[in-house]
Amino acid sequence: MPTAIATEAAPAPRAKDYKSGIKPVWCPGCGHFGALSAVTKALAYLQLRREEVAMISGIGCSSRLPAYIDSYGFHGVHGRALAVASGLKAARPDLTVLVAGGDGDGFSIGGNHFLHACRRNMDMTYIVMDNEVYGMTKGQASPTTAPEWDRSKLTPYGTGVPSFRPTEIALAAGASFIARGFSGDPSGLTKLLVEAIEHRGFSFVHVLSPCPTFRPEQKEWKQKVHPCRMDTTSNAAEAARLIQGDDGRATGLLYVEDLPVWQPRNEGQADMAKIEAEFRV
Amino acid sequence: MDTTLTDNMSPARAIAITGSGGSGAVTAGQIMLSAVAKAGFYGLMTRSAGPQIRGGESAAMLRYGAQPVACMGDVFDILVGLDWKNIDRFIDEIPLDANSLILTDPETGPAPESLQPSGAKILEIPFKEYAGPVEGGRINMAAIGAAGAIAGLPLDALEAAVDDVLGDKGEPVVSSSRACIRAAWADTRAMTTMTLPAPAARDRWNISGNEASGLGAMRGGVRLVAAYPITPASEMLEWLAPRLKQAGGALLQAEDELASVNMIIGASFGGVPSLTATSGPGLSLMAEGLGLAVASETPVVVANVMRGGPSTGIPTKSEQSDLNLALYGFHGDAPHLVLAALDIRDCAFTTQWAVRLAEHLQTVAIVLTDQSLGQSRAVVDPPASFDGDYARITTGTPGDAYQRYAITADGVSPMAIPGTPDGMYTGDGLEHTPAGIPSSLNRDHAQQSEKRLRKLQDFDYGEHWAVQRGHGPACLLTWGSASGAVFEAAERLTAAGRPTRVVALRLLAPLRVDALREALAGAESVLVVEQNQSGQCFHYLRSHDVLPPHARFFGHAGPLALRPGEIIAELDEVN
Repeated sequence: MPTAIATEAAPAPRAKDYKSGIKPVWCPGCGHFGALSAVTKALAYLQLRREEVAMISGIGCSSRLPAYIDSYGFHGVHGRALAVASGLKAARPDLTVLVAGGDGDGFSIGGNHFLHACRRNMDMTYIVMDNEVYGMTKGQASPTTAPEWDRSKLTPYGTGVPSFRPTEIALAAGASFIARGFSGDPSGLTKLLVEAIEHRGFSFVHVLSPCPTFRPEQKEWKQKVHPCRMDTTSNAAEAARLIQGDDGRATGLLYVEDLPVWQPRNEGQADMAKIEAEFRV
Repeated sequence: MDTTLTDNMSPARAIAITGSGGSGAVTAGQIMLSAVAKAGFYGLMTRSAGPQIRGGESAAMLRYGAQPVACMGDVFDILVGLDWKNIDRFIDEIPLDANSLILTDPETGPAPESLQPSGAKILEIPFKEYAGPVEGGRINMAAIGAAGAIAGLPLDALEAAVDDVLGDKGEPVVSSSRACIRAAWADTRAMTTMTLPAPAARDRWNISGNEASGLGAMRGGVRLVAAYPITPASEMLEWLAPRLKQAGGALLQAEDELASVNMIIGASFGGVPSLTATSGPGLSLMAEGLGLAVASETPVVVANVMRGGPSTGIPTKSEQSDLNLALYGFHGDAPHLVLAALDIRDCAFTTQWAVRLAEHLQTVAIVLTDQSLGQSRAVVDPPASFDGDYARITTGTPGDAYQRYAITADGVSPMAIPGTPDGMYTGDGLEHTPAGIPSSLNRDHAQQSEKRLRKLQDFDYGEHWAVQRGHGPACLLTWGSASGAVFEAAERLTAAGRPTRVVALRLLAPLRVDALREALAGAESVLVVEQNQSGQCFHYLRSHDVLPPHARFFGHAGPLALRPGEIIAELDEVN
């Protein structure tokens, strides 16, 4: 990765300068540490001013991320991070808006917002740290959990429900940038995040991020992840074939296309007197 | 005691126009309202409709006079039946008596028997004969001409009103409508019996409650609105969408109410005053997000236009039954503001005040209006504007030790707006330290809870917490849209030698307990009047121990509006 060029007299911020210094609540070995590291490296690479970045999240282990980044942040309620971020971006198009969350937050309770955020294609980056489990509530099945996983007391016979396929859904719903990264490969993930932030539109970065506490078997992901076997496409039909045939462990930029971005454009500053005149009898 | 004013003394006239789908009753009502405005009167037009998406029966109810009109009266002077197909659906909403006139075209058949017990006089007017010869002529226009003539309204006001209401439909529609009105007016003029002396024309506005709420929001500085469509709030959003854009803002149509409330939280976090509009079921869906706004101290405003509930209830008709939800619907201890607009004109002031309060106090404000305000139009004096300087308190350039949730003397902590160097913080729904770091410590929860309560409790809200009128041993205490009927009842009672005072609450939470006690001092009777089944405000006031023991609740659920006569009758029964 090339070294960022400083544009000011002050020393260029480095990755550590984007860390808030608050100690994460995560368990030792949690995949989210790798994701956090990749986010700070991407911000440093892009030399974004900390006060011009806003990191929005919902609820869950991964949603704790904003507190660990020294930017503006908002840690809202479960499932609504994309709604908060969409309102913020509509009001403040000048900000770089990042959204962080997990598989339960984004695909279950927040599923409707995920669909419509993809469709709206506002210029923001959505980083989902997927560990196929609800960690914060102590290990229940999430939408991406395999149907036969029976280690939760809540679903002792497995969920019996096919798992949610985030990248396919994102493509069908209209996201204009779809990538998958692995938190065990922070530098590969950093590169994807840089591209995602630079992309104009809704960038969805699906991050495989193992949970050592409730899904210890995910330590095998290190062996299972592999680079995507096809080149990045901007053709949605090709992307659909690629993603549908995918084992869910292929990393890289899967789809990118320049699609219309929704952003309100104001028409100026009409004063109230002009608006009020319509009511006069 | 007779507190019903006779016809000769009556300061107001009431005209109802009903018809089945496509008959144009509501359009006729809008033209009549515009006409009375042009003739110099104040007026109010409410409407009632069946549940059909398009068409279906509807009724327009107009009341006008030389003084501002804030409610429908006890009786209608004129009922115009464009046809009688569904009149029974409105019969409860259009009370008539022996002095009333029913205008009917003999060709549409006789007026139904259900109207006969009122003793109203039937006047046969051949609407079709007037409209028939005019190309594109419509009987609703002929009915305007006839009713206008009987009420003594000048022809030029009626014709000018057509230009106003139908102008965008093109010249042929305007000229044929005017022709129908002229023909009916000329032929009915000899029957004029209900002329009201017109006051001097002044600067007046013709505005709906939903438009006034939208205007108040924009006057308050709102530039970002996110909302999901819902009856009867959608017209506020439709009014706002293009005007926000003109004023440098935006409206987002959200995917649901969970999104709307969180979108405005995001926008407000970004420094832009933000609002959403909804009705009961939508407010229920927003409750979790509103708790987040309270905890993260992010200012937001919810304009809740109430309708019949619970559940889908009666979406097209009015009720004041979301007060409990607005007051108590939050989880946790969540101090916030609840306000209610007292009439259509006041929707502008109360919403503007709510925006400024929410911004200044960094909290949630819920503004309660209802269908009877939102979807009704009125001719009013230009709405008052709130002129206080309640700015959002932001940081300048914070030093290294910036604390977003610092404990301050007034409980309001300066807010850093994204983009401010060195102000970086994470807004949080988790309980937090003054610096905004998540904390489950007793000390932090106690400190932060105390400051969130104190900043609202200790604030000086000034005189706007209520509108008080009159003096006397009898006191009518009310809130929101019920105020119109209550003020009129008190005026009649006072005029009849029974001095009656009114306290109409605009700020419901936090309740101004001391000011209210003072307002009630010396009252020998207190009647709490509101349009819901259970006396929601009455019980709320009881819980604050602010009512004297003899205070009672009077009201009923919607959709029938509260009328001055029934309030007076209730007092008569007690005394």
